Amino acid sequence: MATRQFSLTHLEQLESESIHIFREVAACFERPVFLYSVGKDSSVLLRLAQKAFAPGKIPFPLLHVDTGFKFPEMYEFRDRMRDEIGFELIVASNREAIEQGANPYDLGTKKCCALLKTGGLLTALREGKYDAAIGGARRDEEKSRAKERFYSFRDRYGQWDPKNQRPELWNLYNSAVGQDESIRVFPLSNWTELDIWLYIHREQIPISALYFAREREVLDQDGTLIPANALTRRGATQTAPTTPTTPTTPTTPTTQPTQASKCVMTRFRSLGCYPCTGAMLSTATTLEEIIGEMIAVKTSERASRVIDHDADASMEAKKREGYF
Amino acid sequence: MPTRLWKPRNVKGTSSVDRSKLAAQVRSFLKQHDQRSVLRFTSVGSVDDGKSTLIGRLLHDTNSLLDDQLATLARDTRMDVAGAPIDFALVTDGLKAEREQGITIDVAYRYFSLHSRSFIIADTPGHEQYTRNMVTGASTANLAIILIDARHGVAVQTKRHSFIAALLGIPRLLIAVNKMDLVEYSQKAFEEIREEYSDFAQRLGIVDLKLIPISALKGDNVVTAGQNMPWYHGETVLEYLETVYIGSDRNLVDFRFPVQYVIRPDQHFRGFAGQVASGRVRVGEEVLILPSMRKSTIKRISTFNGDLKEAYPSQSIVIVLDDEVDVSRGDMLVRPNNVPRIEDHFEAMLVWMSETPMDPGKTYVLKHTTRETKVSVLAIQYRVDVNTLSREPAQQLALNEIGRVALRTSGPLYFDDYKRNRMTGSFIIIDPINNNTMGAGMIIDRMPSKLLREQDEEQQVAHLRRSRPSPQTEPPHPHAGSVSKSERETKLGQEAVTVWFTGYSASGKSSISSALERLLFEEGRTVYHLDGDNLRSGLNGDLAFSRYDRTENIRRVAEVARLFNDAGIIVVASLISPYGEERERARTIVGASRFVEIHVDTPLEVCIQRDPKGLYKKAQAGELPSFTGISDRYDRPKKPAMRIDTSTTSTEDAIKQVMRLLRAR
Repeated sequence: MATRQFSLTHLEQLESESIHIFREVAACFERPVFLYSVGKDSSVLLRLAQKAFAPGKIPFPLLHVDTGFKFPEMYEFRDRMRDEIGFELIVASNREAIEQGANPYDLGTKKCCALLKTGGLLTALREGKYDAAIGGARRDEEKSRAKERFYSFRDRYGQWDPKNQRPELWNLYNSAVGQDESIRVFPLSNWTELDIWLYIHREQIPISALYFAREREVLDQDGTLIPANALTRRGATQTAPTTPTTPTTPTTPTTQPTQASKCVMTRFRSLGCYPCTGAMLSTATTLEEIIGEMIAVKTSERASRVIDHDADASMEAKKREGYF
Repeated sequence: MPTRLWKPRNVKGTSSVDRSKLAAQVRSFLKQHDQRSVLRFTSVGSVDDGKSTLIGRLLHDTNSLLDDQLATLARDTRMDVAGAPIDFALVTDGLKAEREQGITIDVAYRYFSLHSRSFIIADTPGHEQYTRNMVTGASTANLAIILIDARHGVAVQTKRHSFIAALLGIPRLLIAVNKMDLVEYSQKAFEEIREEYSDFAQRLGIVDLKLIPISALKGDNVVTAGQNMPWYHGETVLEYLETVYIGSDRNLVDFRFPVQYVIRPDQHFRGFAGQVASGRVRVGEEVLILPSMRKSTIKRISTFNGDLKEAYPSQSIVIVLDDEVDVSRGDMLVRPNNVPRIEDHFEAMLVWMSETPMDPGKTYVLKHTTRETKVSVLAIQYRVDVNTLSREPAQQLALNEIGRVALRTSGPLYFDDYKRNRMTGSFIIIDPINNNTMGAGMIIDRMPSKLLREQDEEQQVAHLRRSRPSPQTEPPHPHAGSVSKSERETKLGQEAVTVWFTGYSASGKSSISSALERLLFEEGRTVYHLDGDNLRSGLNGDLAFSRYDRTENIRRVAEVARLFNDAGIIVVASLISPYGEERERARTIVGASRFVEIHVDTPLEVCIQRDPKGLYKKAQAGELPSFTGISDRYDRPKKPAMRIDTSTTSTEDAIKQVMRLLRAR
């Protein structure tokens, strides 16, 4: 059809927009950093970064904020990507809190996130003197994110003021920041979860095996399927990862009597820390099957992440404090 | 690479028949999605027009709301209204503060998709104090939905929203006449609004207009037609959104490629990364590089997924040229026969977005394509009252005010009229101190830049005059003459310029000037020679050679040159004029666009040797206290239009060169 000529499809437009933003960041900031979370959105973001600078290398480091509670598969995948693509990887964590044994069971998810995720992130950004931090957040993830800008200004304390955002027009992004201030950049703002999957399929982007269904031992906690070994790790001494290698999995058996775990076909829709990430019943072992489920699905992805249910508008409260 | 990235050990509970059926469904879905286009639209309306309800309804009726969002909705819907249905407005009113206040205070982005199209909605607040948010949402939209309350008709706010939509160049408007259920679905009410609105839209120059009567609350004509308005035979809102033609929004004619970033991984590859702003380009085609004006040829159009033969609007690509030309961020590649305007003076419609009003005396930062320059506001031509759409004089622009301004940037921009090219016609203004985005502008390319530059020069002269200590208590008020300078120029058939020769005493200024005056006169020009030495016997007879006197000498000659130019007469001025800052002052007084500085660059030793009046001898003997070159400084002009060394160039050749320079103007 003539009208289709010289026009980009929806996915192509999203891709081009994201690449444009990556290049703006590289050109306009002194010390950008890419916040790499190992999840599927990060995987798409990583591919877009490769595309933005090809045939050159990604001109800034990738920062992984490690809580020590990530799935072993995530560490393996992260290091594999680093070796295959050849980017600079920095692993940061709130060592002090980890050494004091911070964990979601004793502190609750809210406080644990504040310490390990937000705390770890803010310290790493401050110490690295990064003036731009690129993340994979999307506006369709959660209500408060619908109003987030591509360039989200943060004051010297890393805080976000939803009432005082810089207007953002056309494709002109204001990258001016003062001393110790920074910008969070979200190149995937306009992508939906379905777009992410379609793009992973179109581009054959490698993602963690956790996204594919297989038999996993899980416990049903009020409808949320928590990996059984997450609870067996309860009480174990957490290993503070200092180098980007696979941490040894704590194997101390639990003393806590738990309900019977069951072995079912499950996969994860989004990846976080294992104690707080619920699996979903699924038989999707290929990308096509995942997309098949996506088309039919009627539950938004974060429903399986325990943290968003803490309080009404909880995500917004976390963001004001500096959580991504 | 295999699609299956993780191989399952054991798959239970799914027969191979189910699997192949599912796979076929997914394949057809993927195929369809590959063809999907995207439509970006913005929805505007006042608090009570039901805009959020419409968006919520669209998302709901297209099955785009997710279960947990629905659950939140059911939980949060107001319980004080008996039998209240789900409050769809809650979908888009995201932030806590606005939920408490019950109003939308910032642009919210929403997404849904249908078979043939995906949609990106910028849901923008309609309050007067949030004009800037509407402008933000409108800047990237292909279409705007403006809501009108059927009970109230075309309101003041409707006009304001329509004006902003037209200002931001949104190509088409959909007017949703909402709350038809509250006017008994009356066709008459709808027709009255249609008539009134169409008249108004015509005045704004809005061509592509669609009106649909709806009830967002009940769902009539949103997704499906419903039973209540059998008299309406047109499309529903969703049908319209899905089918409206937007292909014409792209500018495929004017190739503009602002260079974003230079990619140079090693010495074998040097590519210029950017997004095609408009137009098309093919490998092998010639391009012109701005600002260097050098030509080159497209060797490759490179992407991660392989090379392209051709690139078109909004593709992010890397261009490799076939020679080693110097190109950096902020440069622009265009086609040699289709060049944008290259100007540092231009006019724009400016929307002020900051609580701190615009300070016309302040220098801001302007970001346009991938360039940043300093910018100052020369004049506010008028301010638009967005409620009455009338123009009014203004000294400044406050938050949410819109005005037509004349701007001057520190370097030229490569721009097009905003109406022709949204990407190269738009800019933002940034405060250099607090770094905030202060305003957004749309360039109007109607007023000739030459006229703006002249206005600017007039103002600078006025400013210079004001800053001089004057015996008068009241500054004089200049009168505009009844005959304009351009009329005089037309009558005399020439452009009045001042050719200003500077250089050491005895460098040959006067000889060249006299010869030039003669030549121009014989060509039929009206020309007059102002010679520094001659003027010192008359007009400047009261001045000696002190610093102050030299300054005043130059000022008077420059003012006289300006008067002659205003009268349409070409001036040839020859003065030592040794100080750089005084020559700059003369340039300002005369006007930079008609001031031609020529440096008679004869070496000092030659001048000393010539010494026709014995002045150098006296100076060397210490008899002349401030003699240029001996006992006083001479600032070499940094960028004269031309340099002439009379020790190596004959007067005749020098004149020829000057004439060539003047003819090239």
